[in-house]
Amino acid sequence: MPKTGAQILLECLVREGVDALFGYPGGAIIDIYDQLPNYPLKHILVRHEQGAVHMADGYARASGKVGCALVTSGPGATNAVTGIANAYLDSIPLVVITGQVPTPLIGNDAFQEVDIVGITRPCTKHNFLVKDLESLPLIIRRAFHLARTGRPGPVLVDVPKDIQQKKMAFKFPSDKAVAMRSYNPTVQPNKQQLKKAVELLLGAKRPIIYAGGGIISSNAADPLAWLARTLQIPVTATLMGLGCFPGEDPLFLGMLGMHGTYAANMAITHSDVMLAVGARFDDRVTGKLATFAPHAKIVHVDIDPTSIRKNVRVDVPVVADCRLALEGLKEIVEARLTEKDWAGAHSPWLGQCKEWATLHPLTWKENGGIKPQYVVDAIYRLSKGQAIIATEVGQNQMWAAQFYKYNTPRTLLTSGGLGTMGFGLPAAIGAQIAFPDRLVVDVAGDGSIQMNIQELITAVCNKLPVKVVILNNGYLGMVRQWQELFYAKNYCGTCMDAQPDFVALARAYGAVGLRATTKDEVEPVLEEAFRTPNTVIVDVRVEREENVYPMIPAGASLTEMLLV
Amino acid sequence: MRHVLSVLVENEPGVLSRISGLFSGRGFNIETLNVGPTLEEGVSVMTITTTGDDQIIEQIIKQLRKLVTVIKVVDLTELTSVELEMMLLKVHAEDSKKAEIFRLLDVFRCKIVDVGQDDIIVETTGDHDKLRALVTLLQRYGIKEMARTGAVALKRSLQLD
Ligand SMILES: Cc1ncc(C[n+]2csc(CCOP(=O)(O)OP(=O)(O)O)c2C)c(N)n1
Repeated sequence: MPKTGAQILLECLVREGVDALFGYPGGAIIDIYDQLPNYPLKHILVRHEQGAVHMADGYARASGKVGCALVTSGPGATNAVTGIANAYLDSIPLVVITGQVPTPLIGNDAFQEVDIVGITRPCTKHNFLVKDLESLPLIIRRAFHLARTGRPGPVLVDVPKDIQQKKMAFKFPSDKAVAMRSYNPTVQPNKQQLKKAVELLLGAKRPIIYAGGGIISSNAADPLAWLARTLQIPVTATLMGLGCFPGEDPLFLGMLGMHGTYAANMAITHSDVMLAVGARFDDRVTGKLATFAPHAKIVHVDIDPTSIRKNVRVDVPVVADCRLALEGLKEIVEARLTEKDWAGAHSPWLGQCKEWATLHPLTWKENGGIKPQYVVDAIYRLSKGQAIIATEVGQNQMWAAQFYKYNTPRTLLTSGGLGTMGFGLPAAIGAQIAFPDRLVVDVAGDGSIQMNIQELITAVCNKLPVKVVILNNGYLGMVRQWQELFYAKNYCGTCMDAQPDFVALARAYGAVGLRATTKDEVEPVLEEAFRTPNTVIVDVRVEREENVYPMIPAGASLTEMLLV
Repeated sequence: MRHVLSVLVENEPGVLSRISGLFSGRGFNIETLNVGPTLEEGVSVMTITTTGDDQIIEQIIKQLRKLVTVIKVVDLTELTSVELEMMLLKVHAEDSKKAEIFRLLDVFRCKIVDVGQDDIIVETTGDHDKLRALVTLLQRYGIKEMARTGAVALKRSLQLD
C-alpha cells in the first residue's frame, strides 16, 4: 500500500527510536500532524517553537538520545533558530523537522515561506531540503545518522507540504544506503599517539585532566575516572563537562575558567602535562591564551579535528571518540602499572592542589539577606545530589555550576556555548519527559525565566513536576556585575524593577507558587517544592547585588582572579 | 602565505553557499574561487586560492573537510601541480601605442580577441605570477576592465621535489 510523505516521515521517526516529539503546528506541517495520532509518538505541544527545540535539546542532554522537534514553515522555523544554534554550539544531537511551502511555490515569497535551509546553514551540522518524496526516507535516516555520530549536532530537515501529501510505496533504507562517502568521522584513536600520551602522563610531575562535554556525549566517564584514580591525576571540568567526573571526588578541583575555582585555575597554570579530553579551549576557559598552561605539554583528545590546534598549541593530538581514546589509554597504562608507584609520584602535586583549594575554596559571605549560593547549596543538600539541574543563563547558571556537586553525567543541563537565556525551563521539561520520576530543577534568574515562561503551561498540562527556583535579584545580574566591576556601576538597562508576581503567575498557569524572603524560609520552602507532585515556581528573593566569584576579567590570565 | 586548495564536492544545490558561508562566517579570506564539473557525474571541483598563516590554513582545510558535502580537500601548495587562470583585459590602446602593445602581448603569448577604436581585449592564460606581471606591465597603457576566472589547478602525476 502506498503511503503519504507524512506517514513515511513519522514511520521513519519511530524506526529511529524517537518516542517524544516537541512541536507546534501550522499550515505547512498540518499533514504530519494529521497523521501523528496513528503513531506511537508522544507529542508535547509547546507554546513557542524556541521552547520545542530547547525541550528536544534538554531531552537529548538528559537521556543521551537524539531529540526531535517539529515546527511549521516561516515564523515557526525562524522561531526555532535560537534553539538550533544553542544545540549546535553545545554539540547536542537533534533532528528538527520544519514544514515548507509546496515545492512549486518555493522561491516565490509564498505565504510563510523562508529559506530556512539557508538561514540555518551556519548553525546546523547539516541540513536538507527534501525535493522529492523518493529521497525522504534516506534523508531522515541520514539526518539521524549525522546528528548522533561523530561530533553530535543538530540537523534540520525541511519538508515541503506537497511532499507530505504525495504517496509512494515505502521501504526503509538499509544501513548501507545511509553511508555517505563525504562523511567519515575518525573514531578510532591512533595507537602511536596514545603511546606518546601515556609517556607524557607517566613522566609528569604535575599532570592535570581538563575534561569537557565530549566525555559526556561519548559516555566516557568510566574510563576517565579509572585513569584519574589509577594515576592520581587531579581533574578539572568545563561547564559542559560537569558531571563527567564525580563532583565529590577528592581529585576533583571544580570548574576552570572565568568563574572556575582558584585551585583549578592555579593547577592548570602550574601543570606540566595536560590531558584535555572532549573540550575545545573556549575563550571563557582559557582566558588570555599566551598565559594559558604555560608550562604544560598538551595532549588533546577530540572527535572533531577542527577543535585541535584551533586555539592552543598541542603536543599530542588524538582525533577520536573520547571513550575509545580513554579506553585505549587505559589499556596501555594497565600494561605498565607494575613498573612503579605512579600514584605516589604525584602526592606533592596533589598536596599543592589541596593547599590551593583550602586557601580559596568556593564560598560566600553570610549577611542579612538570602545568599544565592546558599540557595543552590540547599538544593544540593535537599536533593541529596540526585536531581537533574537545568539552568538559565547568568549568575544563576554560574552559582548552579559552582555550588551543586554533579556526581554523574547528564545531571547538569546548561547552555554553555551560546549562553541562551530562556533555555532552562524548556530544557527541564524535556528532561522530565525523558525521566518522569526524577527530580528536575531549573535554577533560574528573574530575567531569563521570562524569556520562555510561557512553557510553564506545557509543564502543567503534561503533569510534569518540574521545579523552577528563581534566584530573584531584580537585576539582569550577570550584566549588572560586569557594569559594577568594569563600567563604573553604570547600571543601564539591567534593573528589572517592574517584576511580575511570580507566585501569582505560577498559580495563573495552574502551577504551585511559593516564595522565600528570609534565609529561614529557604529550606522549608524548597522541601515543600520538592515534595509537591506538581509544577512549582519558587521565588527566592536573594541579596540583590551579590556577585559571582572567583572571576577572571575577560581576556585576563587564569591567575588574575578576583576572589570573594 | 598563498595556498591553492582543490576541493571535491557533491554537486547539490547550496553547496557553493556552504563553502563560501564557511569562509565568510569564520573570517577566512577567499582570493579566487572557481567551480566546475569533474569527470564523475554529480561531483564538482572547486579551486580556492586563499591566504593565511599555517594555523589558519590548517583550520580552513579541517573546516572544509568537516562539511558533509565535501568529499576531499587537497592543498596543492604542498605538491607539484599545474595552476592556471584565464584572464580578459580591456586595455587602452591608441594607434600610436598599438604596435608596442602587440609586441609585449606577443612575448606573453597573449591572444587579442577584440579590437576597438582605442582599446583592445586581450585573453591570456597563465599562473598567478605571469598574470600579475602582465597586469603590471599593461597598467602603464591603462587597463579599463578586467575579468578573471580564478585559478584552476591539478596535481601533477609525477611528484618531484
Ligand atoms: C537571549 C539572551 N539575551 C541576552 C543575554 C545576555 N545576558 C547574559 S547574562 C544576562 C543576565 C541574566 O539575568 P537573569 O536571568 O536575571 O540572571 P542573573 O544573572 O541575575 O542570575 C544577560 C542579559 C543572553 N545571554 N541571552
